Amino acid sequence: MSSETLTTKDAFIKYLLRLADDRLILGQRVSEWCGHGPVLEEDLALANMALDLIGHASSLYEYAAEVEDKGHEKDHFAYFRDDYEFTNLQLCELPKGDFAFTIARQFLFSSFSYFQYEKLKEVNDEQFQGMINKHLKEVKYHLRHSRDWVLKLGDGTEESHNRIQEAFDELWIYVGELFYSDEVDEIMISEGNGTDVSTFHAEWKNLIETTFDEATLTVPDWDQFMMTGSRKGIHTEYLGPMLAQLQFLRRSHPEADWQ
Amino acid sequence: MPENNEKDWPLWEVFYQPKNGKPYEHAGSLHAADAENALQNARDVYARRNEGIGIWVVPSDQITASTPEDMGSFFDPASDKPYRHPQFYSVPRAVKKRS
Repeated sequence: MSSETLTTKDAFIKYLLRLADDRLILGQRVSEWCGHGPVLEEDLALANMALDLIGHASSLYEYAAEVEDKGHEKDHFAYFRDDYEFTNLQLCELPKGDFAFTIARQFLFSSFSYFQYEKLKEVNDEQFQGMINKHLKEVKYHLRHSRDWVLKLGDGTEESHNRIQEAFDELWIYVGELFYSDEVDEIMISEGNGTDVSTFHAEWKNLIETTFDEATLTVPDWDQFMMTGSRKGIHTEYLGPMLAQLQFLRRSHPEADWQ
Repeated sequence: MPENNEKDWPLWEVFYQPKNGKPYEHAGSLHAADAENALQNARDVYARRNEGIGIWVVPSDQITASTPEDMGSFFDPASDKPYRHPQFYSVPRAVKKRS
């Protein structure tokens, strides 16, 4: 790790990119359900959610490019960085699995996002604040939808119960990273543009535990071994192939433009 | 009405209110496991393009409908009674403005 000090601007860009990367990567994963949803209605719901997430990523990338001020466009961040430059949570890049796995992951992520955004909605930077408030409405819906499904699957049939319990057990190793925090967060907090994740850890845990209880699920061990490193670019084997698919077209036609 | 396969979710009718004060309009139908699920599905299927400000979902089997055979006795008697329509009255300008 380099020992050079991080400027406020560097920290801001990294902070925005972490948020954006989470949303782009998870959005891409959720979009894989398009045309494959268990029923038509849920297919649409998942596609909507994927679009919301990619939309959030898009505006965060755009702002990161503006703050960076190096003449990059938002697409640069999505299409022209390699896996080790992505700082999304490993949780977000895992294959979509079955419907229970997708729902379990969404619930863990959306519940975390909800508390995080609730804290971030009062940041000093006006443009950042505006974005957070706009996204928060959709985050609330993602939480409502995924939580409802956790309850239905957990307290549903024996098979649905087993599937979602297994999904949470498998995902558990990745939840530790949600509350990772480093010098980027410290700088952002001191600037009034970030949030200290430890301030809502208890609230988040409580939401998880009460939901599990209602869904007749067993909360896995909070103290088990947890993965680390994604905010520094360390990823699972799944991110590379996914990025290859995501970036291939744009890299083959770098001058292509929507307009 | 087609009978539901037991494995399928029940059918719901979706109504939305386009604006405050306007009556709810029928949007269509969908399948859902329960009322909350129906409401969420209605949001995703029928309210994606700013269609309205309120949604009702009603189990389709709770709707009692007239049949095509009822048409004659229900609607024909009204067809030759134009005096039941209010178009022979002139509407004051103040009232017109509000509608």
